[in-house]
Amino acid sequence: MKAEAAGRDGPLSTRRPSGLPGRVLERLSDGLWRSPRALILLLVVPPALWLGIVYLGSLFALLAQSFFSIDEFSGMIDRELTLRTYAELLRPANLDIIVRTVTMAASVTIAAAIIGFPVAFYAARFARGHWKALFYLGVMLPLWSSYLVKVYAWKLILAKEGILNWLFETLHLSWLLNAWLALPGIGGHSLSVSWTGTFLVFLYVWLPFMILPVQAALERIPASVLEASSDLGAHPWQTFRQVVLPLALPGLIAGSIFTFSLTLGDYIVPQIVGTSARMIGQAVYQFQGTAGNIPLAAAFAVVPIAIMGLYLWVAKRKGAFDAL
Amino acid sequence: MNPAVEFRDVSRHFGTVRAVDGVDLAIEQGTFFAMLGPSGSGKTTCLRLIAGFERASAGEILIFGQPSARVPPYRRPVNTVFQDYALFPHLNVRDNVAYGPMIAGTAKAARHRMADEALELVALPGVGHRRPSELSGGQRQRVALARALIQKPRVLLLDEPLGALDLKLREQMQTELKGLQQRLGITFVFVTHDQGEALSMADRIAVFDAGRIRQVGTPEDVYDRPRTPFVADFVGSSNVLPPEHVQRLIGKRCWASLRPEAIRIAPDATRQGRADGHDATVTGSAFLGNAVRVALELDGHPINALLPKGDAVPDTGSAVHLHWHDAALHLMPDEAAANEG
Repeated sequence: MKAEAAGRDGPLSTRRPSGLPGRVLERLSDGLWRSPRALILLLVVPPALWLGIVYLGSLFALLAQSFFSIDEFSGMIDRELTLRTYAELLRPANLDIIVRTVTMAASVTIAAAIIGFPVAFYAARFARGHWKALFYLGVMLPLWSSYLVKVYAWKLILAKEGILNWLFETLHLSWLLNAWLALPGIGGHSLSVSWTGTFLVFLYVWLPFMILPVQAALERIPASVLEASSDLGAHPWQTFRQVVLPLALPGLIAGSIFTFSLTLGDYIVPQIVGTSARMIGQAVYQFQGTAGNIPLAAAFAVVPIAIMGLYLWVAKRKGAFDAL
Repeated sequence: MNPAVEFRDVSRHFGTVRAVDGVDLAIEQGTFFAMLGPSGSGKTTCLRLIAGFERASAGEILIFGQPSARVPPYRRPVNTVFQDYALFPHLNVRDNVAYGPMIAGTAKAARHRMADEALELVALPGVGHRRPSELSGGQRQRVALARALIQKPRVLLLDEPLGALDLKLREQMQTELKGLQQRLGITFVFVTHDQGEALSMADRIAVFDAGRIRQVGTPEDVYDRPRTPFVADFVGSSNVLPPEHVQRLIGKRCWASLRPEAIRIAPDATRQGRADGHDATVTGSAFLGNAVRVALELDGHPINALLPKGDAVPDTGSAVHLHWHDAALHLMPDEAAANEG
């Protein structure tokens, strides 16, 4: 009908907008519709520029620095490619930092997975309506406040005069806390200056980054698949082991990438809560700032990248992403 | 011999919704039993009650004479073919089929052999290494069937398993399922909203409506002798005539069903000399492929007639004359019919 109204030999298209802006936009969208490649280019180029040049570019600049070395006498950077800086990483003091950081990151990740999984499972499979909203609020709310505020709050909670100590005293469990703090390595004068304290704060600040991807992965499992497992004779534990866990694994890996790499690179939490022993983030901060040893700082920064790369490669080899 | 499954006054309520409302039912061993009804009629909930995925709010379900209330799904001698097939996406076809034996602790070589046999049984050999996502709907359906049958269930539950297949494949699977059931001799309980499917496959049919069973019987019973207007209308879309109308026709006051194919249409001109005819007006017609459905108005009530292909189709608006055998007008004097109406 409308085509006819536009004239027997007129264009096929109808409903042309009036007004200049409308017509310009229409020309644009018509043009993009006719050449999908231009559309894709338009969508991809800006983020590609950002990722490729600003982000990856600076990352590679950093990596390149790690192949330079520093002249011990003058403190000047020697721009000749060498592996000397990497050899320096292997000195006991530096190796210590790496091992300590990786151990901390691994413990935080495992603990976050153990604590986060049931929460994510409940939210994905049982929570409906208001409860689901409450879940999202509960998980996200801590992310709305500054990370520094949270860390300092934890310092107060964990302090000798803090609420946690008070709680243990009230429950007549001080002996338990003191026994824990007497343990070598993880203990200390009080929780706020112990590795246990650092661990607890890391666990708290990164937990949402574990829960959300796991919850998303669990949400994608159809209820009928779990019923099918049960129908075929699997006890709840077997269903969990054989169906839920493999299907949630991509989410767990995604979550562990967050918790692991965030812990590996952090330099604020261990500075505020914990012992004087440094982690990788602090080492990078000091080497590039105070010490002016950019090559060693860069080499330290390569460590988390290498570890994450290795981790993902192993995960892929083990079939963690087969369900994707 | 105990029935394979027996419902004793079973109800399942979700909040205020009575999904299943006081169902009594006995499914004899070795039958192909269809639960037929529109969506939301409670048939799938009944199937899930048998499988153990739902718990009865009231009443008792016996499986081979044993009370089932305290038996979890993984210990019931029944297996389910799910509507969406529910194949495990992270396992290949062979491991999907071998899942039950794997859980039972069967060694890998043995369970893979069993899986290959089961795939052979459902006419799907040679796809064991593939992922479920690489299969077509019909193939997934067969994998789901093989995965259930490998467990050697005493009752196989099928939840609208043919719903997602196209017509030709569906008809082929109907024949195969029927053949499979006869060969294996186990009880099949089949949920469907497709009355043609139920009529062609089942030994017995239970017609569900609003959480209740309206009629249980053989396909002939349900089709030829519907007990309630709902059954008459749902199974084969019969013309349901209300009591007042029936009273005018034959002088007896009760609901009645008149199958569209039982109605003969004669042009108005031939009425002379026939006393048993009924005046009607043609209001439309629709070509169905193998027949023509003619919409008519009889005493102010719309009714449908089905003409075999080749018969002359009367013009819309023309006055015609209907007749049928007295026996074709099936009366439903039942109390259930009155309650339902």
